[in-house]
Parts: sequence; structure tokens; C-alpha cells
Amino acid sequence: MTTVAKKKWHEWLITGPSFIWLLIFFIIPTMIVFAITFKPSTPFGGIGDGWTLNTLFSLRNPNYPAIIWRTVWLSVVSTAICLLLAVPCGYCIARAPKRSRDILLLLVIIPFWTNFLIRIFAWKVLLHPEGMLKQALVFLHLCSPDATLLYNPVTVLLVIIYTYLPFAILPVYAAAEKFDYSLIEAARDLGASHFRAFRRIFLPGISRGVWTAVLMVFIPALGSYVIPDIVGGPGSEMIGNKIAQRTFVDRNLPHASALAALLTLAVMVPLMITLVHHYRQPPVAPKKGKEAAQ
Amino acid sequence: MADFLVFEGVSKHYGEIRAVDSVSLSINKGEIFSLLGPSGCGKTTLLRCCAGFEAPDAGRIILDGRDITGLPPHERKVNTVFQNYALFPHLTIRDNIAFGPRMARWTKGEIDKEVARMLELIQMEDYADRKVTEISGGQKQRVAIARALINRPQVLLLDEPLAALDLKLRQRMLVELDAIHDEVGITFVYVTHDQGEAMGISDRIAAMNRGRIEQIGRPVEIYEAPRSSFVAAFIGDTNFFDGIVTEVMDGPYCRLRIEGFPDVLAWNDKGLLPGNAVHLSLRPEKFKIWRELPEPLPNRNLVQGTVEDVIYLGSHTKYWVRVEDYRLGLHQQHSRYLLDTRPITWGEKVWLSWFADDSCMLERYKAEDENLLVLPDTEAEPARA
Repeated sequence: MTTVAKKKWHEWLITGPSFIWLLIFFIIPTMIVFAITFKPSTPFGGIGDGWTLNTLFSLRNPNYPAIIWRTVWLSVVSTAICLLLAVPCGYCIARAPKRSRDILLLLVIIPFWTNFLIRIFAWKVLLHPEGMLKQALVFLHLCSPDATLLYNPVTVLLVIIYTYLPFAILPVYAAAEKFDYSLIEAARDLGASHFRAFRRIFLPGISRGVWTAVLMVFIPALGSYVIPDIVGGPGSEMIGNKIAQRTFVDRNLPHASALAALLTLAVMVPLMITLVHHYRQPPVAPKKGKEAAQ
Repeated sequence: MADFLVFEGVSKHYGEIRAVDSVSLSINKGEIFSLLGPSGCGKTTLLRCCAGFEAPDAGRIILDGRDITGLPPHERKVNTVFQNYALFPHLTIRDNIAFGPRMARWTKGEIDKEVARMLELIQMEDYADRKVTEISGGQKQRVAIARALINRPQVLLLDEPLAALDLKLRQRMLVELDAIHDEVGITFVYVTHDQGEAMGISDRIAAMNRGRIEQIGRPVEIYEAPRSSFVAAFIGDTNFFDGIVTEVMDGPYCRLRIEGFPDVLAWNDKGLLPGNAVHLSLRPEKFKIWRELPEPLPNRNLVQGTVEDVIYLGSHTKYWVRVEDYRLGLHQQHSRYLLDTRPITWGEKVWLSWFADDSCMLERYKAEDENLLVLPDTEAEPARA
């Protein structure tokens, strides 16, 4: 065996197990979901013989565009707000003295010690018309007694942000912790104000953490169904809810699969863009005077 | 122009530690001024106060007649070359150099022209579009200098700029730095713990210790006429003697009695009188070592001793010679090493000679500074330097 072939063989040996794992538990199931989309459904919740495109056509349900649009905007807005909160948080934690840094990190992680469902129900209790938060706000004259804090898309947004914020803070923190802060001093020395040093040097410096945070929030937000199911009303349904409904209520697996495939594609496309855009070393191109033109 | 950059009683404390302790000094326009001292002596803190990264607890910093003590870093006409270069890793060499002008919102044409000029100055035109990770340490150093100089600062601060480079490169960069200074004519404030660097590049040096300035002077003054035991021991190497003046001679000499050592003749630049105590510093290369008793000369001291240790170092040899209670360290240049058929070696009885003019009387002496000397301890007996 030549050394090159030997090296290749070694690479396969090392990546093999994880590749097989991914193949069995991720790629094949995904393929099955995609395949079921093209199968007819049976009235008893099973999958019929033969192939059909009917399910795809049935996706032209007049209710879907609104649900898809809501899913997308809730995910985008929650990702954006999570980032806006996570970047300063990650920065502050990374810059905090060692002792308080550990405590702050612990505070970020503590919510995970409680079951996800219970935390969502806790929000329901808080926002309930008789709930603590509502009562407090009414008491402070910050909201009218008739206002409903629950069962609307904004509540869903709030709870999505609450749920996924730690997933945004942690990668931002990890990147901010490794960031070389003498670069900020260098930028300040070269005439950049605090804000410009932050934007021109710090943000590009932690961009990997930021992109990871985007993926960590956007993808689960896109697929969330428990949150809109519990704190959202009928007007806050997301694709996830429809998939659940098609699977458990309508027992129409092909239809659920079609929606799931749609969602998978919706996740894969931005993921691929991010991967291509960022995780590959971008070719060095001269960017002369790009900023000067501003 | 004198008094271009002035520190007036600048102090900076970190809790109980006085990093900088009421330092006053004045730097001339266009000179290379070094802050030299061991790590933790406050030289970097002083530099950071000047750059605006630290606010002094007391005192003022005045640049070109203007009090800059309270200004944020980006409003000072001062730029820094950082020890680890602090180049922006996500930008190309060109964009790193153009960073300052972009912040100052120069026009595109001006930026392109100046960046090109800087790239030429540091001879890196061919690397302009490389990433920072793709160039060597010496090149990073040059980019860091260009990135600072392009802003036409009034003062360029250099914080141990060569510390991360290997010896040969360090020597080459030092020459290059000097050439750049000649070309741009900007005032350089150079922080280093390496006395060789400081001696080689500076017009003047401030020797610092424990947050205070021990002595300011030209390299030759610092080396040949140290005022304190710290300066004598930290910069170069030396031998200390403590004695008492017994006799003032005609002319500028005096005779000293030193306990555990023969009487010596010394240059009496302090105008001491008989009975005055004195601490003397004598550099190792001032000695000449003889196998045979040399002809006596006026104003030349001559003592006899035994060689205890020899270290051959190529360009010179270090000897440690026991003379009564003292153990003297001395260097002998090898101007005719291969002609001398038999070099002086361990255990030999030798004569040491030095001229009275070559010793220096210290104004301040602290016994602890003897720890800075590089004399190896003898195992059998406690060393008396």
C-alpha cells in the first residue's frame, strides 16, 4: 500500500464510526421522511403502496403561507434579539474577573436543570391573567387589566427567546473568551472610538461564535412546536404545530413528512450558506478603500 | 526641541502596589528615549499611561505643550507598537496599515498613497494582500510599526517590540528600527528590559526600578557613570566595593581603604574627604589580567589573586578571581587569544590591573542590588562580591 493510500485508509478509519452513526441515525431517517412524502396515505394512518405527488400538491393549503411566514419571522426575530442580548452578555462574562465569570456562567446554565416543559408551563403561570407578572404589571399600571399576555405570537416570541438565549450566549462567550483584547486597545490606539473598535474589531473577531449562535437559535426556533402549543393561541401556530397535528391528529404521515421535508430544506439552505460562507477559508481579496468610500 | 513629552509626577497604583511612583521626566522631540528596567519596574505602565490605556492616579502628561492626561486613546496623537503586535487577524496587511487612516476618515486616494508609501518603507509591497497569519514574526513587527507610523503620530510608543523575535532577527530589526527613525524623525519612546537593545538604539535612557527612575542619561553615561548600585548592576555587570577615603591625592584621585581588600586608588569625582564612606562600582572589562607582574604605572591599581572560575565565551572570557575577601568578576577580550600560547586558567596566581579613572563612585547603594550580578556562588563559602 502506498503511503497516500495508507493515509486515506487511516482517515476513513478515524471518521468511519461517526460517519456510520450519522448515516444510520440521521441521513437514512431523513431520507425516509423525504421518501414518505411521495407515498399515498391510508385512512388508518399508514402508508399506502405506490408513489404519488398528491401530497406535494396538498401543500398548497391556503392556510400554509401564513403559518410559514409566521414561522420564519418568529425565528428570524427571535434569533436577532437573542444575538442582540447574547453579544453584550458574552462580552461581559468573558471580561468579568475569574470568580464572577464562573458564577455568571452557572447562572446561564442553571435553567437547563429544570425540564424544558416545566419551564414553559412556568411562563404560562407567570403570564396567566391571574399570574404574578400580570398582576404586578396591572398593579404598576403598566398594563390594563383586560390585556392578554398569553396566547399570542409575541408571547411565543418571548418564550422562544427565553428558551434559546443560553444557546446563543454560550458560543458567543466561548469566542469572546478566546478573543485577544489587546486588539481592542490597538484599535483604540489607532483612533477608533469604543463603538467602532467593538464593531470593526471585536465583532469580526468573534464572528465564528456569532454564526454558531445564529444556527443554535434559528434552527430550533424554526422547528419549535411545544412553545407555540403551550403559550401560543390559535393565531400563533408554527410549522411544527402543523406537523404534530398531521401526525397525531390527522394520522396523515405523508403530509407530515412533506411539511417536515420542507422544514428540513428550510434549515439546510441557510446552514449550507453559512458553512460555505464562513467555515471555508474565504479567498483573500483586496478590499481597498471599502470603508473609506462610506 | 526639549520638553516635547513631559511626565510630571505621574503615579499609578494597583491596590497596594505602586507601579509608577511619581515619575517626572522630559523627552526631547525627535529622540529615541528608552525606558529600561526589569519586569515589574513600571515601564510598561508608564507607557500605557502615555497611550491612554491607563489613567494615572496623580500627575500630568504633557505632549507638545498640551495636557493629554485625561484624553482617551483615540484622541491622542500617539501610536503604539504592541509587544505581541496586536495585528488584526481578520484583515490583510494592507487593511491593517490602512486602519488608522480609515478611522480618521482620510480620502481613499490619500489612504492608498500613504499605505503604498508605508509598504515601501517596510519593504513589504509584495505581501500587501496577505493575511496576518501568513507572514513571519519579523514581518509582523514591521507591519505593526507601519500601522502606527501611518497616522503620523507625534510620539511612537514601542512596548518591548522585539521581545518575541529571536536574537539575530532582533539585532537586524534594531538596525531597521533605527533606520526608520532616521527616515521619519518621529519621537520614539522605547520600552525594554534588554539593556543591549536600549544601549544600541537610544539617544537617552531612563533606568527604572520599582516604579521610580534611577537615572536618566545617554547610554555612555548610564554605563560608565552609574549613579546607583541598581543601575550599575542591572545595566551590564559590575563589581561593588565599599570603603573609606583615607587620603585625597593631588589631582582628582583619592586612596580608599577597603576591608578585606588591598588599598585602591579611585577617581574622586564626588570630591570626597578623608573619612567619607564610599561605594565603588568597577565594570568587569576594566580589568586587565596578567600572569607576570606588569610594570607599575601611575594611577593604575595592581592586586594579586587566584583564578577560581573561567568561562570561555568566544569573543571574551569571563574570569572570577579571588582577591583576599573579594571575588572579582572580569572580562578579558580575545584580541590575541590564539597568539597567547597558554591561556590563563583555573587555580593560577594572577595579577589584576585597572586604572583609577575606570571605577565609579555610587551615590546610592542598596545591598540587595548585588543579587542582580551574574557572579555564580561558590559552594564552599559565601560569595563576597
